[in-house]
Amino acid sequence: MYDSTTVLLLEGLWETIVMTFLSGFFGFLLGLPLGILLFLTGKGQLLENRFYNSFLAVFVNIFRSIPFIILIVWMIPFTRFIVGTSIGMSAALVPLSIGVAPFIARLVENSLKEVPSGLIEAARAMGAGTFQIVRKVLLPEALPSLINNASITLITLVGYSAMGGAVGAGGLGQVGYQYGYIGYDAFIMNSVLVLLVALVFIIQFIGDRISQKFNHK
Amino acid sequence: MIQIKNISKTFYKENGAFKALDNVSIALEKGDIVGIIGSSGAGKSTLIRCVNLLEKPDEGEIIVNNRNLLALNNKSLSAEREKIGMIFQHFNLLSSKTVFDNVALPLELTGKDKITIRKRVVELLTLVGLGDKIYEYPKNLSGGQKQRVAIARALANKPHVLLCDEATSALDPVTTGAILELLKEINQTLKITILLITHEMEVVKSICNRIAVLDKGKIVIQGAFEDVVASGHSIVQQFISKKKITIPGYLKDQLRQSAAEGLFPLLEIELNNAVSLETIIDFSRHYYHVPVKILKADIETVGELSFGKSLLILQGQEAANENVMGYLDQNNIKNNIRGYV
Ligand SMILES: Nc1ncnc2c1ncn2[C@@H]1O[C@H](COP(=O)(O)OP(=O)(O)OP(=O)(O)O)[C@@H](O)[C@H]1O
Ligand SMILES: [Mg+2]
Repeated sequence: MYDSTTVLLLEGLWETIVMTFLSGFFGFLLGLPLGILLFLTGKGQLLENRFYNSFLAVFVNIFRSIPFIILIVWMIPFTRFIVGTSIGMSAALVPLSIGVAPFIARLVENSLKEVPSGLIEAARAMGAGTFQIVRKVLLPEALPSLINNASITLITLVGYSAMGGAVGAGGLGQVGYQYGYIGYDAFIMNSVLVLLVALVFIIQFIGDRISQKFNHK
Repeated sequence: MIQIKNISKTFYKENGAFKALDNVSIALEKGDIVGIIGSSGAGKSTLIRCVNLLEKPDEGEIIVNNRNLLALNNKSLSAEREKIGMIFQHFNLLSSKTVFDNVALPLELTGKDKITIRKRVVELLTLVGLGDKIYEYPKNLSGGQKQRVAIARALANKPHVLLCDEATSALDPVTTGAILELLKEINQTLKITILLITHEMEVVKSICNRIAVLDKGKIVIQGAFEDVVASGHSIVQQFISKKKITIPGYLKDQLRQSAAEGLFPLLEIELNNAVSLETIIDFSRHYYHVPVKILKADIETVGELSFGKSLLILQGQEAANENVMGYLDQNNIKNNIRGYV
């Protein structure tokens, strides 16, 4: 009994970690370029363009205003099309990644806005093109802030993935849902809680450490 | 070498249009150090940013090395910019990169290989006197050292021109002197033409061979430094004697507003031509028999000319003191009595 509970919790924890980090990874893959574009097309920036900027901003805002649980359900046909199923961990990755990407885009945009405009100016004076400025100046300078935002994102994803558990995404969320909502098991519920909190603390701690390591301001 | 021809630039804001540059023309010969002086908001930064097209002028031409920059496409413009170094008031170093990587950046942008970059960076940092700070991060450097890194970075791709936007304005006077020395050395040894902007006459005086005075977007006068100073143009005067001269605190308390027995006049004078302070002192003593005490002097000497302000106490008989003031009036030296001590 005890053993099977431990296995259950550890499995749940593992699934939560995998979901969090994988969807974080895919979320960044989508959100980073989106955030860079949002920044570059903004007012007074290198690719200033009101039309594209407003378009991207509206797109991002729409996605950010949809409650995650609704997004999961709404995306079921698309999820099924991409991964062939709408339940389980890999199915959860699709809405998680897509749901978090606009959030990441905004965070990335904000990180880039913190880079002093004088640095972009200096790079332009050296003859750097837009792509070079992004790669050689903006991203390295914003790195500590981007890492902080990555921690925030991962923590958000821990929460999202737990929500996904309610619709069969696996992970600690599902464990908590099954043993808490459908027949209350105090030990499992408390363990789920402690594990989730611990996970968030660890992510924050490691994130802070890495960000600090890259911060030379 | 560089020709700035009839440049105009208007900014449009919510509250209307603002003409920051109005038909500005300046020509630089190879090896020149040209200083553009002007007060805050005169358009200096806008002008220097037009030279490498960080700011695009509405009208006019920018010709660098016989190439009309405004006619170039992005790629050719980038290539030209590599040959135009620029340094800034706030240095604009990347905080995330070491001194080495900061200087290496322009070389990486132009696709140099690692070995070439390493050699060149060490060479540049030695040139600016920072050979021992290669692996520091900018935050651990002083302002002067940061500007040296910025200079090394600006020189990386062997530019023929160096643009300096208030490069010493964030530095203390001693450091300013050292950076100006370095710029002069670079100008002489590497034959790099320098265009610098500043609001301090000191800076122009110490290294520029030519000067242009910018006021409200227009060049009001330009030429050899001595000629411009000697012109006596009112805006030039402002830059020379813009500092107010203050009466020392301990004297303020003793200062009386009206003349009385045993008190001497405290005189503020403003030199603006060929009469030097020494001449005035000598003349007062030997011709009018008035001993003069110099309380303060803030005077620039350019060739035969003297400019600036001084506080003097005329310690002669009342009539003799008045003769001295008459003499000053005759020579068009502004003088007024600040009180009696
Ligand atoms: N991008 C811009 N948009 C609108 N107005 C601008 C812009 N850049 C400069 N100006 C205006 O043009 C004028 C000249 O600015 P500029 O920065 O060239 O002055 P400056 O001589 O360098 O002054 P300072 O000594 O304070 O640096 C100022 O009134 C400024 O407000
Ligand atoms: Mg300026």
